Amino acid sequence: MIYEVFRQERKGQAFQHAGSVTAPNDAFAEAYAREQYGRRQESEALWLVPRAALREVSDFPDELQKSYHRVDGYSLKAKLKEARERAGTTAPADR
Amino acid sequence: MTAREAEFKEYVQGGGQVETGDWMPDEYRARLVKFIEMHGNSELMGVLPEREWILRAPTLQRKLALTAKVQDEVGHAQLIYRVVEDLGKPREQCLDDLISGTSKFHNVFHYPTKTWGDVGVIAWLVDAAAIISQKALLKCSYAPYARIMKKICWEESFHILHGRDVVLTLVNGTDEQRGLVQEAIDRWWGPLMQFHGNPIAADSDPMVEWRIKSQANEEARQQFLDGYVPQIWELGLSVPDPALRKDEETGVWHYSEPDWEELKHVVTGHGPKSQERLDFRRRFRDQEAWVRQAVLADAA
Amino acid sequence: MSERAQRLLQIADDELVLGWRDSEWTGIAPFLEEDVAFSSIAQNEIGHARALYELAARDLDTTADELAFDRAPEEYRCAPFVEFRLMDWADTIARRVLYEAADAIRLEVLKTDPDPELAGLAAKMDREEVYHRLHAEMWADRLRDEPRFRTAVNALWGHALGVLDAELAAVLAERVPEQIGWTPAAAAPAARNGHSEGFRELWDEMTMVRRSIPGASW
Repeated sequence: MIYEVFRQERKGQAFQHAGSVTAPNDAFAEAYAREQYGRRQESEALWLVPRAALREVSDFPDELQKSYHRVDGYSLKAKLKEARERAGTTAPADR
Repeated sequence: MTAREAEFKEYVQGGGQVETGDWMPDEYRARLVKFIEMHGNSELMGVLPEREWILRAPTLQRKLALTAKVQDEVGHAQLIYRVVEDLGKPREQCLDDLISGTSKFHNVFHYPTKTWGDVGVIAWLVDAAAIISQKALLKCSYAPYARIMKKICWEESFHILHGRDVVLTLVNGTDEQRGLVQEAIDRWWGPLMQFHGNPIAADSDPMVEWRIKSQANEEARQQFLDGYVPQIWELGLSVPDPALRKDEETGVWHYSEPDWEELKHVVTGHGPKSQERLDFRRRFRDQEAWVRQAVLADAA
Repeated sequence: MSERAQRLLQIADDELVLGWRDSEWTGIAPFLEEDVAFSSIAQNEIGHARALYELAARDLDTTADELAFDRAPEEYRCAPFVEFRLMDWADTIARRVLYEAADAIRLEVLKTDPDPELAGLAAKMDREEVYHRLHAEMWADRLRDEPRFRTAVNALWGHALGVLDAELAAVLAERVPEQIGWTPAAAAPAARNGHSEGFRELWDEMTMVRRSIPGASW
């Protein structure tokens, strides 16, 4: 069986995919992952998952203009200029 | 080349990264597998010349360091063959091809080791030559391989220090000990100069075109000479090539033409230790087939 | 030689020689993941030997390396059990399983030793040994019904019992069947004294570089 190994380098950091080991069961997988990804105490912790248990999701369609919920969907420069003109004010930095 | 293949080539040449499940041209996949497999083979065969000296290491520290170094190499083989397996060629098939001589491993691992001097010189200079190539592979277009190269390069950093430590201790020791280092350098220089391969211009190297390799063979060799010849000379040691010198104006190292016939002869399995080492691997592999059967075979 | 030094050397020699034998598998274990794991165990054994030699070296006004390498073969106090050259995986893994069980008992006793240095070192070694024991357990479990493994354990059982004194050997005789899930064939404990046939050859190879230039730094 192939087990995928995720490792956390330091406390507070996210677990990142580090590689995979071949093992017949959890006990062997733990021993082998510990060795390959921790024998120099280079990892804070490891997560092990049999490859068969992992599901990948990788298709994210954006066909119909979904910028409304992203920062790049908002351009306020022109409106702000108009609003300041109406109020007779200038940009805060100029005062 | 099909339009799709041309597009893929443009993509990788522009720095695009490829993951395991992505579509890739047959040629790309085939070259990748062959290249990465040879790397795995080399790590595995590189173990054999060094492991004899684990048993003979003259201090506890050296014994631990050498065992750890060889362990790292086995670990690298594991990482590398996993990548090859995910590209479609199972580990056992890779090992079959290695042992039968169908696939190759690097020239340096076909030669004998004779003294403790070899232990120092291999860890210092042979590993240095390898690391130069490995650092260039950090930019490989095939991302799973580039990622393991990161771990491999990080682990190799102690190997060179260990090698240098062994060499410095010998060089600062008795005349006989200094002699061990010089004699080892004299024997290893030829294979070292052949290690990076025949100079092929980057723009005629398909491996560079597909961005599998990002460094031309001669560039790697120059980097090796530039980094390590001064280190050798500063210890009062010599390099057995009277033509070796650096052109200070161009920065290019000149050297006697390496024996490319020897290189070809050796990597096709005719090196002094090639068959003996493959036979040794075959013997143990066959002997332990029952273990793989008992432990790995039922695995889903 | 003090009693403490003698005890230290006996355990250190066991660990050194077993670590030396186990390190021979680096590069040729049955599969790659196991090769890496097994090598760490061998390194730990040698690391333990080093720590034990360092303690003894202070008592004996010498160095750990001199104790490890510069004694004559007859001066080593290792059990024949650790000296055997076992280049068949079933034998090697059987020895690992049995040695770990014996070593665990020995360390339990050492952890409660009135000498704080001994007790402290034993506690440190034991923390690493936890993983050796897990490794032994996973293999004993996987090979429980494998005839080669059973044959190997049976062949080595008397020697394993001989690693410990009579009182502790009795504990081993109780624990091992519980741990491996079956009872090895009865065997008389082998004597600890003296060395196996292959020890001289082992010593020759282990010390050949060191002896090539006596007194040199390496």
